[in-house]
Amino acid sequence: MANVNPAMDGKIPQADVKIAKKKRSQWFEVWLRLKKSKAAMVGLAIIVILIFSAIFADFIAPEGIDDQDLDRRFVSPSAEHFMGTDHLGRDIFSRIVYGSRISLQVGFIAVGIAALAGGSLGAIAGYYGGKLDNGIMRAMDILLAIPSILLAISIVAALGPSLANVMIAVGISSMPSYARIVRASVLTIKDQEFVEAAKAIGANDLRIIIKHILPNAMAPIIVQATLGVAGAILSAAGLSFIGLGIQPPNPEWGSMLASGRHYIRDYWHIATFPGLTIMITIFGLNLLGDGLRDALDPRLKN
Amino acid sequence: MHKYILRRLLMLIPVMLGVSFIVFTMMYITPGDPARIMLGESAPTEEVEKFREELGLNDPFFFQYGRFVKNLVIHQDIGRSYTSKRPVTIEILSRFPNTLKLATLGIVVAVVLGIPTGIISATKQYSIFDNAAMVAALLGVSMPNFWQGLMLILLFSVHLGWLPSSGFSSYKEMILPALTLGTSSAAIITRMTRSSMLEVIRQDYIRTARAKGQTESVVINRHALKNALIPIVTVIGLQFGYLLGGAVLTESIFGISGVGRLMVESINARNFPVVQGGVLFIALTFSIVNLMVDILYSFLDPRIKSQYK
Repeated sequence: MANVNPAMDGKIPQADVKIAKKKRSQWFEVWLRLKKSKAAMVGLAIIVILIFSAIFADFIAPEGIDDQDLDRRFVSPSAEHFMGTDHLGRDIFSRIVYGSRISLQVGFIAVGIAALAGGSLGAIAGYYGGKLDNGIMRAMDILLAIPSILLAISIVAALGPSLANVMIAVGISSMPSYARIVRASVLTIKDQEFVEAAKAIGANDLRIIIKHILPNAMAPIIVQATLGVAGAILSAAGLSFIGLGIQPPNPEWGSMLASGRHYIRDYWHIATFPGLTIMITIFGLNLLGDGLRDALDPRLKN
Repeated sequence: MHKYILRRLLMLIPVMLGVSFIVFTMMYITPGDPARIMLGESAPTEEVEKFREELGLNDPFFFQYGRFVKNLVIHQDIGRSYTSKRPVTIEILSRFPNTLKLATLGIVVAVVLGIPTGIISATKQYSIFDNAAMVAALLGVSMPNFWQGLMLILLFSVHLGWLPSSGFSSYKEMILPALTLGTSSAAIITRMTRSSMLEVIRQDYIRTARAKGQTESVVINRHALKNALIPIVTVIGLQFGYLLGGAVLTESIFGISGVGRLMVESINARNFPVVQGGVLFIALTFSIVNLMVDILYSFLDPRIKSQYK
């Protein structure tokens, strides 16, 4: 018997090996290009440190999130309290370390919601076209007519301030950009031959969109998502700053900043460090996002 | 051209209807009974129920929405503020000039800083200036503007004592808020100007302009910038909308009595008609600004004018 079933003799067919290699090398090449950019590596390092501190917050932070001690209120940065203490005598550094958990969570989940909801709508609009496309995109236009921070504010105002609602609000308000990006990519890809081939062998629409079109539209989505995490963290911090976000005593960076604002004339450190942390985080994500855009699509690079 | 403008104005109607639907639905699902809020916690239940009936709060959702739109279109009436009892339109219109002034000053700061920096960066690509400007721009985008506002207050009001930390009546008082609001947009405009200029500078007609002996400043300003302006103007228009929304935070930092601060106060006081009105109003302004940007294109680029039919 010439035709041996690969499952029986334990060998993987040659063609599959080639495809696997090609797939790996494609992403490997992106990684090589990304590695060349010092800026992107700095960004990646910042994000890795942040993720690390979120995971190991219990070991890194010297104190808990709400260890109040009124005898040591407003202590300036010192060897003991490297970022000082706040108006309730809590160690600011510890709260910032724990705060990374909240900010990263908000950032990633909000972008997840936006990319999933916006992306699906964009894919449907682009793939099916016609009235459905028109309807979906006009709905997105309506959402775009409200400045996103304002939309997020009104959604949280309606749902009530909480971590989950902030994620939903920020997610919904950034949805339209994903819908537009995915739709545009789907439009350029859907008429290509490999999609036609998939149709010809009888793949259904869902399979074509998920297996054939989306993997080829990934590049702009990844870039938008990286920059989107930055935007989501900023929006969430802004919401908390005006008292509509994560509620105390949770150490959200924006709300820490807001509570420090009243003491800014005498105790600069309370508002300064959370803001600095937000800035470095967003800076890192932006560096990485820019680097990824150049690495994923070298044509765009100036 | 007139037809185009008319068509775009007509297109505003469904968009604003959509916005009003979103805003109305959000306020509809918000927990808390408006009648109860208006009459106060101590009001007897029968009275609240009677008042609900009067306000039409017991009617079906679409019926209520229809009435909301009818009042909005025919009487420009979005209801009355729960706290001041004045019409929402008047409350908002009295605060709007400050917000508009703030956003306009912000965009002026952004354009004045952003466009020249972007042009110099593009003409001297990879120079020290370019690198420094790009890092500064990225930092500008990364800075939360409410934090930047506080830091500016710390430096210029608390330490140096040069500028006041609140108020919005004299020019001195407007500097810090305008800087706070404009910085991140300046950064975005810088980046867009640079990349748009870089694309144009490589074109053949720029080489031709240089070859025929045109001075560098004419090449850059007349030949390159003019052709690079479309994406820059688009970004400026979008940024203006963003600034109208972002004014919410800046206004609360500097104690400016604008629509943004009014909205934050109203959200905290559960004064929903004002929130509703604020969102509607800013969305309308934003849409009109975008329309004006689109019309501006045709003046910048005659090729676009011929497409507007």
